[in-house]
Amino acid sequence: MALAIVLVLLVVGSVLFHYLSPWYFTPIASNWDSIDETVTITFWVTGFVFVVVNLFMAYCVLRYRYRKGKLAHYEPENKKLELALILATTVGVVAMLAPGLFAWAKFIEVPKDATVFEVVARQWNFNYRFPGKDGVLGTVDAKYVSDENPFGINPDDPSGQDDVLIASPELHLPLGKPVKLELRSIDVLHDFTVPQFRAKMNMVPGLVTYVWFRPTRTGTFDSFCEQLCGIAHFAMRGKVAVEEESAFQAWLSSYPTYAQSKARVAGDAAAGKALFAVCTACQGAQAEGNPSLNAPKLSGQAPWYLKRQLKNFKDGARGTHEKDVFGKMMAPMAATLTDEAAIDNVVAYIRTLPDNPAPTTVNGNAKNGQDPYVTCAACHGAGGQGIQATNAPRLKGMSDWYMVTQLKNFQHGVRGTNPHDPYGRQMTSMAAILVDDQATSDLVAYIDTLR
Amino acid sequence: MTYALIFLSGLMAIVMWWLVRQTVNVKPWTEQRSVEIMQGDGGLSLPSVKVGLGVFLAVATSLFALLISAYHMRMMGEDWTKLPVPRVLWLNSAVLILASVAMQRTRAAARQGQLERVKSGLIASGVLSFSFLAGQLWAWQQMDAAGYFVAANPAYAFFYLLTAVHGLHLLGGLWVWCKTTAKVLRGVEVGKVRLSVELCTVYWHYLLVVWLVLFAVLLHTHT
Amino acid sequence: MTSITHDESAYVPPAEVEEPELYHPKSFVGKYIWSQDAKVIAVQYAITAIGVGLVALVLSGIMRLQLGFPHAFSFINPSNYLQFVTMHGMIMVIYLLTALFLGGFGNYLIPLMVGARDMVFPYVNMVSYWVYLFAVLLLMASFFVPGGPTGSGWTLYPPQAILPGTPGANWGIVLMLVSLAFFIIGFTMGGLNYVVTVLQARTRGMTMMRLPLTVWGIFMATILALLAFPALFVSAIMMTLDQTLGTSFFMPALVSQGQHLNYNGGSPILFQHLFWFFGHPEVYIVALPAFGIVSDLIAVHARKNIFGYRMMVWAILAIGGLSFVVWAHHMYVSGMNPYFGFFFATTTLIIAIPTALKVYNWVLTLWRGNIHLTVPMLFAIGFVFTFINGGLTGLFLGNVPVDIPLSGTMFVVAHFHMVMAVSPVLVVFGAIYHWYPKITGRMLNDTLGKFHFWVTFLGTYAIYYPMHYLGFLGVPRRYYAMGTTVFVPESAQSLNEAITIAALIVGAIQVVFLYNLIWSYFKGKPAGPNPWRATTLEWQTPHTPPKHGNFGATLPAVYRWAYDYSVPGAAEDFIPQNQPPGKKAKGLEQALDASDLGAQKLDGAGTPKPIGS
Repeated sequence: MALAIVLVLLVVGSVLFHYLSPWYFTPIASNWDSIDETVTITFWVTGFVFVVVNLFMAYCVLRYRYRKGKLAHYEPENKKLELALILATTVGVVAMLAPGLFAWAKFIEVPKDATVFEVVARQWNFNYRFPGKDGVLGTVDAKYVSDENPFGINPDDPSGQDDVLIASPELHLPLGKPVKLELRSIDVLHDFTVPQFRAKMNMVPGLVTYVWFRPTRTGTFDSFCEQLCGIAHFAMRGKVAVEEESAFQAWLSSYPTYAQSKARVAGDAAAGKALFAVCTACQGAQAEGNPSLNAPKLSGQAPWYLKRQLKNFKDGARGTHEKDVFGKMMAPMAATLTDEAAIDNVVAYIRTLPDNPAPTTVNGNAKNGQDPYVTCAACHGAGGQGIQATNAPRLKGMSDWYMVTQLKNFQHGVRGTNPHDPYGRQMTSMAAILVDDQATSDLVAYIDTLR
Repeated sequence: MTYALIFLSGLMAIVMWWLVRQTVNVKPWTEQRSVEIMQGDGGLSLPSVKVGLGVFLAVATSLFALLISAYHMRMMGEDWTKLPVPRVLWLNSAVLILASVAMQRTRAAARQGQLERVKSGLIASGVLSFSFLAGQLWAWQQMDAAGYFVAANPAYAFFYLLTAVHGLHLLGGLWVWCKTTAKVLRGVEVGKVRLSVELCTVYWHYLLVVWLVLFAVLLHTHT
Repeated sequence: MTSITHDESAYVPPAEVEEPELYHPKSFVGKYIWSQDAKVIAVQYAITAIGVGLVALVLSGIMRLQLGFPHAFSFINPSNYLQFVTMHGMIMVIYLLTALFLGGFGNYLIPLMVGARDMVFPYVNMVSYWVYLFAVLLLMASFFVPGGPTGSGWTLYPPQAILPGTPGANWGIVLMLVSLAFFIIGFTMGGLNYVVTVLQARTRGMTMMRLPLTVWGIFMATILALLAFPALFVSAIMMTLDQTLGTSFFMPALVSQGQHLNYNGGSPILFQHLFWFFGHPEVYIVALPAFGIVSDLIAVHARKNIFGYRMMVWAILAIGGLSFVVWAHHMYVSGMNPYFGFFFATTTLIIAIPTALKVYNWVLTLWRGNIHLTVPMLFAIGFVFTFINGGLTGLFLGNVPVDIPLSGTMFVVAHFHMVMAVSPVLVVFGAIYHWYPKITGRMLNDTLGKFHFWVTFLGTYAIYYPMHYLGFLGVPRRYYAMGTTVFVPESAQSLNEAITIAALIVGAIQVVFLYNLIWSYFKGKPAGPNPWRATTLEWQTPHTPPKHGNFGATLPAVYRWAYDYSVPGAAEDFIPQNQPPGKKAKGLEQALDASDLGAQKLDGAGTPKPIGS
């Protein structure tokens, strides 16, 4: 009796949940309505079976429950009934499969006028590459990949020279135009997913896979990795902004071509020395940092990281949060560096300064910090040496009190929440694993042992 | 996966055919006397060990079919190079054929109850089988000496892998051979080892066929 | 349809079968440790599997804590979260469910149900268990090696499984692969036994079509496992070589964290093909025994023959055959040749037809039955409900374009837990409540059992049904934390909290079950030989629990199929399989006499009263 009622309640509850709960597909933003339609058909067919079979079972449980002295009906089989059920099931299966196969045929057939570009995945970021004026993506190979050439473009291939390189997880797409994404991975399996587009495909190292769609509404969407790719899998995010063609072109033209990025001259340390004079007041003459002025040690830090942060301060991607007191002090200082060349020069100068480990100031239990550092090591390296490929700066021998401040900033959304600071955003996900201040101190105390 | 699929469909077809034959046209709810079906109740008229060996050979075939499938799929990679098949493999193949022949003769002798011929046959096939294994190791050494290391190219890696898996199967067989030979040398009557000898014979023939197929695969991709 | 011959003269006394050479252990160690008795091996398998399953259950609880209350627990970080995910999945699928259904139930039930004294190769059977135990210990050892167990997900996809950036990429993954290889070797030994025992050791009169569906399910699952596990074996060996010797079977040229590695040209997709060539049949390796067992539970407790026995057998055969040609439906978004999608979507949806037929027949067995809502029956009906839900969501993921938005999301997690975790586990519980009286001679406590059922059934549904909708929303699986996104509403987090609470309750309540198992072993109500009044041979043994050799001096002869329930005109509502024709008027007592001339008669076991109603 109770079981029959519960079965009915479960059926009714499931159907109500389906209709009433706020959790369902995000509003679609691509041409793949046919996928949603197939889902709807599948829901009707399977929902019908679910309701009918379960209600019938509930009826049987109630109607044919044990009664003393009663015998069950004796009927070994009923071929007609079984054949009828097989037939009905087959009809239902065909009703779901046929529209599905048609949708799939469209899914794998890329329209000829589709704009082709490339999504490059690596642990744990997406980058993008658009063909330049020649409309052809240059050839690539894993053997060319380096910190200077993260896309692995063949330097001798003329068609690759004008490729536009977007070394940022944020992608812009023109509205209403079919796009073909050629998907490539530098290291492990990844997947480029935007829930609103419905379409997705894995990236496989050694292969180029593809997926296509046509964005049908403007907006900014989150993109994800949906194929397990290692420790920071959950932090592998990006953004896709769908906008009008003109805005898209403007965005695209703000990025350098491969030739331009190759041609960039190294910074001039001598020129940088003059620029750095302003900085010495806080950072110290050797860029060794000064805790009392909240200036971290810079010497020995990776140039690419210093450059990125200086740009962030200058462009308002960092040091704008109201609670970021010291960041707000840094922003106007960075603004004094008038252009990219100036930044390069300063960074080049800092590179020439002697690298002595910063004194340790943090009290914590290094032993307890060892466990969570396994996660940090995935990007920053087991020795805390920093890895450019994972966008992770050096930690070992750097100012420990500064790491504590920054981890807290990440935890409290003071840093990394600016939409133009995608790598900071990753750190907010990571810093959140430290449940309290003690855990933070312990972790940094462990980092202090990496010398 | 084509090779694995072809093998499995073949095998599944046999299993299905046998099972359907057991099941079609039977109305199981009809009460029957058990005596009528005493003979034809579906049990195979073979000793269980033989059936067991048959099932095991099916499993082993699945393993080798999958290895060959993987070999062919991997072969499509651009980095695949020609495999310099060591000449000694021809000699090894001949030795393994002789081992199989010796087993066959041992089986005939066991059927006729001739203990001495069983003894000599078993020893001959065992010695030949160990020579085969030694020859395979020699082939490995040649490969290694010529610089074809296991990690250098997938073609070499597969060569080592396929020969190793086959060799391990043969070693497993030799374990049974040891036990059987020990019994024979202790002078037990032929009837007690006949089944073991038969099983060994089947297994040796099977491994010979597997080896010839593997060798053909290695040769085929040589050119 | 009912044609029963009434031929009094047809009775043939069972032949005096020569007592087979059985290994008769003398000491405790020989009897319970190095045992060659399939029943003892079954219990060894079951205890090991359930023990390691409890570890995996705890791991899942930790995972749920993180998902429900992210960043509240300092002992969970992204690295060990992935290790917990991986170990939970692998343990549950391979080391618990596969081992429990085949090694546990297979060992216990096959010889008893086909009327054999033991497995045909008892020694090999014993070795099978010890190899399995060794595999389990190897796997557990990976918790204690530097770097911990592998965190590459239970699918172990290369390249990431053996690269830094994934936890346990050195020791953990190698131990996992070696452990799997040993598991497969051990399983193959057991599997040979199950198949050959069903083929060779059936007692007189036990035709294939008189086998209970439990045996059919386990038999077919074993065949699948024997043929599919080599694929895992091959991929495990090849990946071990990639990891240790630096071969490039699966490893393409790649740059890991800025380091060029010495790999070239390997194909990660090749691994996926091999893995799923095993992985999909694996689903049925777990499901088919569950299908078989639940068929028998429903028939016994509804006092009705299983509806459409022949169709049920053929459905098992069809599912088994088809399960080898659907594997790539796990790879729709893998980047394989997209044209495969057409083929695999079609085969996948075709396999739904025999599966649906089985569901219909279970429900039709209840129809016009005389349903005793005993604890095993509750679990069986709970299984049917859960399985319908999980099977239907499979149609979403099997249909290629529908899979595209849902793959890699919590929908997949919800689906396979519904169909491959909760459903078989409900059957495991039902089966334990059903056969425990035979195994120990005592009934499990009914009240505790019902409590266990209701919490488990409703709780698991509360966990997994709403989880599908997180998947629709686009919440990815294997995410340590969702963080902030534009499209996932805050309410999704409260849903996650609710799911976690349900999961913790369900997990904790299993203690009641364990308590019941232990308490009833000492204090349970004595069961008698056939408490459920069932027809199959395991209930007709002269001793409960059955002794080594199962059937006393003579093996039973079988005269009918396993489903003679509520036969019109019979004195009882069941006729044991070994009851000769014409004797049915006298019921069980006569059957016992007939089947076991030499054995002592059971005390007061004439016609046991039905238990539970």
